[in-house]
Amino acid sequence: MNALRGVRIAAYGGIALVVVALTVWFLSGGAGKPPPAGLAIGGPISLTSQTGEAFDSAALAGQPYVVFFGFTHCPEVCPTTLYELSRDLKALDPESKDMRVLFVTIDPERDTPAFLADYLANFDPRVIGLTGTPEQVAAAAKSFHVFYEKVPTSDGSYTMNHTALAFLMDRHGKFFGTLDYEENDEVKLQKLTRLLREG
Amino acid sequence: MRFIAAMALAAVFGFGAAAAHEFKAGTLTIDHPWVRLPPPGADTAGGYLTISNSGAEADRLLSVSSDIAGVAQIHDMSIENGVMKMGELADGIEIPAGATVELKPKSLHIMFMDLTRPIRVDTPIRGELRFEEAGSVAVEFTVEPMGASEPEPMEDHDMSEGAMP
Repeated sequence: MNALRGVRIAAYGGIALVVVALTVWFLSGGAGKPPPAGLAIGGPISLTSQTGEAFDSAALAGQPYVVFFGFTHCPEVCPTTLYELSRDLKALDPESKDMRVLFVTIDPERDTPAFLADYLANFDPRVIGLTGTPEQVAAAAKSFHVFYEKVPTSDGSYTMNHTALAFLMDRHGKFFGTLDYEENDEVKLQKLTRLLREG
Repeated sequence: MRFIAAMALAAVFGFGAAAAHEFKAGTLTIDHPWVRLPPPGADTAGGYLTISNSGAEADRLLSVSSDIAGVAQIHDMSIENGVMKMGELADGIEIPAGATVELKPKSLHIMFMDLTRPIRVDTPIRGELRFEEAGSVAVEFTVEPMGASEPEPMEDHDMSEGAMP
């Protein structure tokens, strides 16, 4: 139990370091330049889409994209983030017509392709839902330094703690920046505009 | 004439009045319970409200129930270093004497799970709050659009999707 707690603290600590490093780098005008050495964020994503087909982020070459890790049993952060990204994609039309948002579930047990398809039906069609085996999802999360864990609830079910940053990836699939859930709408839209034009 | 005036007033203040709905139980005032419209097919929804305690004794919100959900729990949520953390408050929430406690997005909330039927913006949700001292209180949650961060009067409400600068 203590070992588990240690792992958890180490994981949170690791994320804290990444966030601090990213913030410093972003504030110093770093977005658009290669990330600092030793801070590679993101990588190819190879999972199953909500249509049940294999999806590889290599298919997005030439277009910037956004990656967000979440789960459908999430009451606030996930639906709000997808809602805001859908709204921003529309606001940035037609420039954003080929931009994709990858919604990667960190709860593959419950989020099957069919469940993701239902859930995403009312968001912008440019949002692609992705799931896979627990190992595949873990690998994708690891490459983005995304943390997640199950939190049991009293009804025998569970909810999830998870990194709530959205990752902006440039047209070469390289890390460009992040959207923070707590930033205001204007800042997020500006960052997405920059991603489209410079990323 | 009085009827027309009332209609006009209702048209002007209709939504504001609805947004200001409140419920009382003993020394507690429960202000504007609301639920954020979840995406279709979603199995969970967040519920929010404000509880003020004008009494000299603390009370405690112990549990919540609603026919909309198989399970309703009291949760806390926070974002630390980019990680969203959520957890059940098994002992509920204390409402100290003279204090106001807000359940709101990014913070304390009611988590409705195992939704029994689709939630619609035009259909309020009946629920019951159970307090240690004040007992059970029947309330009605309004449903606010997806993306709402707080229930706002119509005149301040940005309903115009895509009308970004």
